[in-house]
Amino acid sequence: MNVLDIIKPENQVFCKSKLMTDTTLSYCPGCGHGTAHNLAMEVIDEMGISEDTIGVAPVGCSVLAYDFMNIDITQAAHGRAPAVATAIARTWPEKYVFTYQGDGDLAAIGTAETIHACNRGENIVIIFVNNGIYGMTGGQMAPTTLEGMRSSTSPYGREIESMGSPLKMTELVANLPGVHYVTRQAVHTHKHARKAKKAIKKAFENTRLKKGLSFVEIVSNCNSGWKMTPLESNIWMEENMFPYFPLGDIKVNGILK
Amino acid sequence: MSELKLMKGNEALAEAAIRAGVDAYFGYPITPQSEVIEYLMTERPEERTGMVVLQAESEVAAINMVYGAASTGKKVMTSSSSPGISLKLEGISYLAGAELPSVIVNVVRGGPGLGTIQPSQADYFQSVKGGGHGDYKLYVLAPSSVQEMADFVEDAFDIAFKYRAPVLILSDGLIGQMMEKVNLKEQQVRLTDEEVIKLNGDWATTGKTKNRERNIITSLDLQSEKMEARVRRLMKKYEQMEQEDMRYEEFQTEDAEYLFVAYGSSARIAQKAVQLARAKGIKAGLLRPITLFPYPKKVLFDLADQVKGILSVELNAGQMVEDVRLSVEHKVPVEHFGRTGGIIHTPEEVLEALEQKFIK
Repeated sequence: MNVLDIIKPENQVFCKSKLMTDTTLSYCPGCGHGTAHNLAMEVIDEMGISEDTIGVAPVGCSVLAYDFMNIDITQAAHGRAPAVATAIARTWPEKYVFTYQGDGDLAAIGTAETIHACNRGENIVIIFVNNGIYGMTGGQMAPTTLEGMRSSTSPYGREIESMGSPLKMTELVANLPGVHYVTRQAVHTHKHARKAKKAIKKAFENTRLKKGLSFVEIVSNCNSGWKMTPLESNIWMEENMFPYFPLGDIKVNGILK
Repeated sequence: MSELKLMKGNEALAEAAIRAGVDAYFGYPITPQSEVIEYLMTERPEERTGMVVLQAESEVAAINMVYGAASTGKKVMTSSSSPGISLKLEGISYLAGAELPSVIVNVVRGGPGLGTIQPSQADYFQSVKGGGHGDYKLYVLAPSSVQEMADFVEDAFDIAFKYRAPVLILSDGLIGQMMEKVNLKEQQVRLTDEEVIKLNGDWATTGKTKNRERNIITSLDLQSEKMEARVRRLMKKYEQMEQEDMRYEEFQTEDAEYLFVAYGSSARIAQKAVQLARAKGIKAGLLRPITLFPYPKKVLFDLADQVKGILSVELNAGQMVEDVRLSVEHKVPVEHFGRTGGIIHTPEEVLEALEQKFIK
């Protein structure tokens, strides 16, 4: 197969979604955010709902999501995306509203907004990218930082006694009756990315059917924050993050697995 | 049909919000303004006009809900009282930075801290000097009657959408809790989604259609030059507010030798003090700023040529008095009188303060 054959549309396996802009991603090479963005945009494009979709960007690495996603986006204060999305969904009940948040945003400063939006069963999608660290501010400890994991604010490793255990927000919100769908995915391999896309699609389908809140966690890497090469970080993620944050569906159609 | 009713200030504000065709209210209970959300919940505005009312999990969530609905071009408001407004200040700064039309109501109680649930005007600095972080101002309306609690809702939204900026209605526990007759305007039809898109679709995040670029709502500009341009744009709006939308009221100032300056509930008390003074042969007058930003600086500067002394009457330890002094530029002595802690000064006390500070 020569180059001309490879680039034929019928031979294309993956491509940048039409809903991704041409702006150069601000993410570090190797980071999972780009893939997660692309999957969300692919789903919105394939469902033909881009004109009726309003995104809410967080504070953190993905604060500039609106530079990369070619849809209307409101950027929220740190942790407040679920409250912002609540109001948009309530005043525009026919729209598709999603938040895209990291672990510091969703599981630390925005814990109250997350839990209460989930508990009210707002008809929104929450995409939660968990890489166990504060990336944007330079690698500080997050609520999801693993035991013993080093960060700039846990330089000797996270100590459970003084710093608490890594917070499993996803399991926590799964127990709330207003939450319809909860799943944990990854995007570091093609296989995982395909599964994650299915999950995101299911989440947006739930919005269409007015089923209430869908919560998609994506366990991802932060090679810069973890001070590893991209490949090392993915291996480390599989060996350390996945045992504590196991992948798979946690709640489907309102029923805990 | 307009309607004459006897209502609490808080209730009049809530009813006026429904009648003004407001799209959404997000709030959290706090004394002395809980009647606003209680009234709205009882009235079922969802059925009357389609207005959304939601009790948020916190003041922080409520103001960010305001941010969300405002970013889509809807008419949205919240209300709270002093400690709650402190919590909302982060969101208010974001609303100003992202240039979102919205209305915030503060039914002020005494502070600092948990303070007291009694009326106060101790949030003047917080309201007009920024409050939250960064270079911004709020357009601040100060009602002094139940009628104005109702009327200012619509006025506030007019300004909010004229400038794409947050507007504060600065009331207090006295105006919020007291009952007076109020003339309620007739019901306005709430805008349809199509009308909202037509009016605000050039900036609001209502869903990107093929015929336009995507709309982005943010207060972030990582490039310094862009951020400075944003701040300059805000400052230009505030200048325009000063030129076009400053409001005040004068009471018996034509021949006044002494001037009270007071807003809100204190203006009601000072007005009575003017009458008591006049009965004693003291030629007193009152200037009542209706907007605290923009402030009637020029009016005060001119009045300073005519009077022998100015008394700033406020339910606080001396806040607006600083703006009075700045306005008159040392042309005339300026003093402050005010009670704090939730104590409301009487007209007699106010007159006595004038006499002690300037006449005796």
